[in-house]
Amino acid sequence: MRIAAIAHFLRRFLLGWLLAMPLLSAPAPAAGIDPALLAPLAGDDTDAKLRAIAALGLLPDPGGAAVLQALGNDQLYATADGRVLIGDGARATDPATGAAVDLPADAGAIGINNRLRRAIEAALAGLRLYSADARERLAAARRLQQAGDPARLPMLEKALAAEKHDEVRAALEIAVANLELKSADPAVRRHAVELLGRTGNPAFRPTLAAIARQSDGPQAEPDAAVREAATHALRQIDRHLATIAWAGNLFYGISLGSVLLLAALGLAITFGLMGVINMAHGELLMIGAYVTYVAQALFRAWLPGWMDWYVLAALPLAFIVTALVGMALERTVIRWLYGRPLETLLATWGISLMLMQGVRTLFGAQNVEVGNPGWMSGGITVLDGLVLTYNRLAIIGFALFVVFLVWALLNHTRLGLFVRAITQNRRMADCVGVPTGRVDMLAFGLGSGIAGLAGVALSQLGNVGPDLGRAYIVDSFMVVVLGGVGQLAGTVIAALGLGGVNKFLEPYAGAVMAKITILALIVLFVQKRPQGLFAPRGRSVE
Amino acid sequence: MKQTALTDLRLLARRPLYSGRAWAALGAGAAALALLPLLNLAFPPGHALHVSAYAVALLGKFMCYAMAALALDLVWGYAGILSLGHGLFFALGGYAHGMYLMRAIGRDGVYQSDLPDFMVFLDWKAYPWYWSFTEHFWYAMLLVVLVPGLLAFVFGYFAFRSRIKGVYFSIITQALTFAAMLLFFRNDTGFGGNNGFTDFKRILGFDITAPGTRAALYWITLAALAGALVLARAVTQSKLGRVLTAVRDSESRLRFIGYDPLGFKLFVWTLSAVLCGVAGALYVPQVGIINPSEMSTETSIEMVIWVATGGRGTLVGPIIGAGAVNGLKTWFTSVLPEFWLYALGLIFVLVTLFLPAGIVGLARRLAARFQETKA
Repeated sequence: MRIAAIAHFLRRFLLGWLLAMPLLSAPAPAAGIDPALLAPLAGDDTDAKLRAIAALGLLPDPGGAAVLQALGNDQLYATADGRVLIGDGARATDPATGAAVDLPADAGAIGINNRLRRAIEAALAGLRLYSADARERLAAARRLQQAGDPARLPMLEKALAAEKHDEVRAALEIAVANLELKSADPAVRRHAVELLGRTGNPAFRPTLAAIARQSDGPQAEPDAAVREAATHALRQIDRHLATIAWAGNLFYGISLGSVLLLAALGLAITFGLMGVINMAHGELLMIGAYVTYVAQALFRAWLPGWMDWYVLAALPLAFIVTALVGMALERTVIRWLYGRPLETLLATWGISLMLMQGVRTLFGAQNVEVGNPGWMSGGITVLDGLVLTYNRLAIIGFALFVVFLVWALLNHTRLGLFVRAITQNRRMADCVGVPTGRVDMLAFGLGSGIAGLAGVALSQLGNVGPDLGRAYIVDSFMVVVLGGVGQLAGTVIAALGLGGVNKFLEPYAGAVMAKITILALIVLFVQKRPQGLFAPRGRSVE
Repeated sequence: MKQTALTDLRLLARRPLYSGRAWAALGAGAAALALLPLLNLAFPPGHALHVSAYAVALLGKFMCYAMAALALDLVWGYAGILSLGHGLFFALGGYAHGMYLMRAIGRDGVYQSDLPDFMVFLDWKAYPWYWSFTEHFWYAMLLVVLVPGLLAFVFGYFAFRSRIKGVYFSIITQALTFAAMLLFFRNDTGFGGNNGFTDFKRILGFDITAPGTRAALYWITLAALAGALVLARAVTQSKLGRVLTAVRDSESRLRFIGYDPLGFKLFVWTLSAVLCGVAGALYVPQVGIINPSEMSTETSIEMVIWVATGGRGTLVGPIIGAGAVNGLKTWFTSVLPEFWLYALGLIFVLVTLFLPAGIVGLARRLAARFQETKA
């Protein structure tokens, strides 16, 4: 049934094509326009003229448009020897060669009637569909949406086949479908409906819904098959929309997950090592973001030409600054509190208060402005309507890079070996000669440095202010608690899982309720697995 | 196993709640505090013995904080459970009482409606179901006890049953409180969104701003605090209290001996939440506002530092700590507001590093040294 309809359509389509464009197959000369195409314009046969105009309208050469425009403005002249020239005062251009010539005295302007004028306008609109300027193509497509002449269908189809620009494509699709919907042939109407369905464009929903619903009324659709096709097309569009929404949730979920991962990775290292939750971790993120701000200011003052790369310079800087702060913390406060995790929690909270107030004193309580570099603004559009912004893509990539770095460090260096040893059994590691004090300091520095790197990434996504760390502190704890200790994989899966679940819940529950649900789910999850997703195996009783 | 442990005579010997001298000191402290509103009422402003209404209100507020700190000390100091979510129980008690106070406003609100202003603003036509009966004072008081108690019981049952402890438990309580704060910030939750409850007019028919009402609220708070202190002392001095201390010091060993810590932990945890809820309920009419910021992470952690500053596991310590830290806060925020967070941060660090037993512990050490030199 459907194949028959398509075959019917194709036959009709080809027939119309051949009738309307008899000269289509004539190859256009490389330079200028084939004189054989122009010759009928100088003649008297109106039908031949119409065919010539239509043929000119299909030329890929902008010369065709020039000829048509001249004809419409009464500036096209025919010489006695049958040549056609575009006149401009005493001078003229030969469209066949592109050469400038003097306008011969015997040349007369080619007159046109209304029938010809309409054909010229249509051909010109069609020609603009091939313009190099996307805006002009869009305007032409929009104009053709309104025109209800089914004869233009083939021209639109051709433009649609060649069009690459999404917006213009959409406009052309509407134009084609609108023309086809007016067809008297139910098979063509059905094809149009099917075409609209295939585009998945939500802009067609109202039209299709009207067709699917009505069997009488202003937009009467007598054919049941077309109505059925419209219903099917509606479902197709809805499915497409659902796919876009799903892909969007996935992308934003991964993006949020990678942010959480960056924020929690350093925490997971220090927590795994010392069993201590560093409450000042959020403030280390904040310091990393402020280092980015300072780097931006320095570049603005000293290296304005390199502004686009200040973020890259901020990365090592933030790592060093926060690692130093972290090591200083470890040496002065935290190491005196080993074995008393709850007290450490309080002491680091106190430190976080001081760091926060310190930043307020230095930079003011207001948020500071950190800009995206040029290469991070904008994004790629996929699946019409879903924009993957470059800054989010960059942060996803960066998070993967940092995870790889930490993995390599933990599994392929001597320090990593020591860290793993202490995580598994601190006293035994000490007994066999691991310098636990120094490893603690270095590992704490590493965890803090990663927080600094995360701070640089966060500065590219949201506001940078003294409270920045507070927004992430509960979330990063959740990641660590969920992921368990001593396994990078746990942290990665927990972060991405939390990000994903959060974004998939948001459309149903709203942002706040999604967050509440997640917190409640984590509380429930921890009941089942108090040691997190990946509990270290062991026989110790705390 | 259990039998032999109980037959140990030293463990069976009943200890008095407090020694005579301690009773006297506590009585003197309570009497001094009780005198303040009288001085405020009896002497006109400007008189040498006049105590400003501001100071009385401030002390009333501190006593509510002290009660919350006392509740926290019960679980942290004796059972070793560090809760970062006591702000939630405090706020829940406050909200439960606040519901009654909101309904007691009657038609005196800005919109002169039977509904509270925020409900008129949201274009609600009737009270949601969970507001039913809150126009009755005694029902609201029941909620003050039941809501925090029930939440703590259910949450504690599952958490303790799964043997969540230490830092994990702290983080989970923090998550719970954070989730509750987000919930209460929503307008749709029906508790006034981020403005919470305020503009109270009267309580049980009395004008809530009248000096007499304020003095009465102050005395009730003082009595509640004293009662809570005695109750907490009774609990910790009992055999149950000794099991709790065992939970704190070595839960696994206790379990190996044959005790199931679940019931003990659950009891003290629920009791603590109820005390905290009562503190919140007393706080609301005196301060005149309750909003979700009471459930913020910061508030709950600050409660912990009151306990740590005063002396963990001493019961009197948290009361002193709450007073000291909040007194300092009041002084800083009026004189050097920029430096308060530095000072608070420093208190956190210094207390954990140098004063693990808090002010009370320091005093005991000094007293012991004094005894030594005298001997």
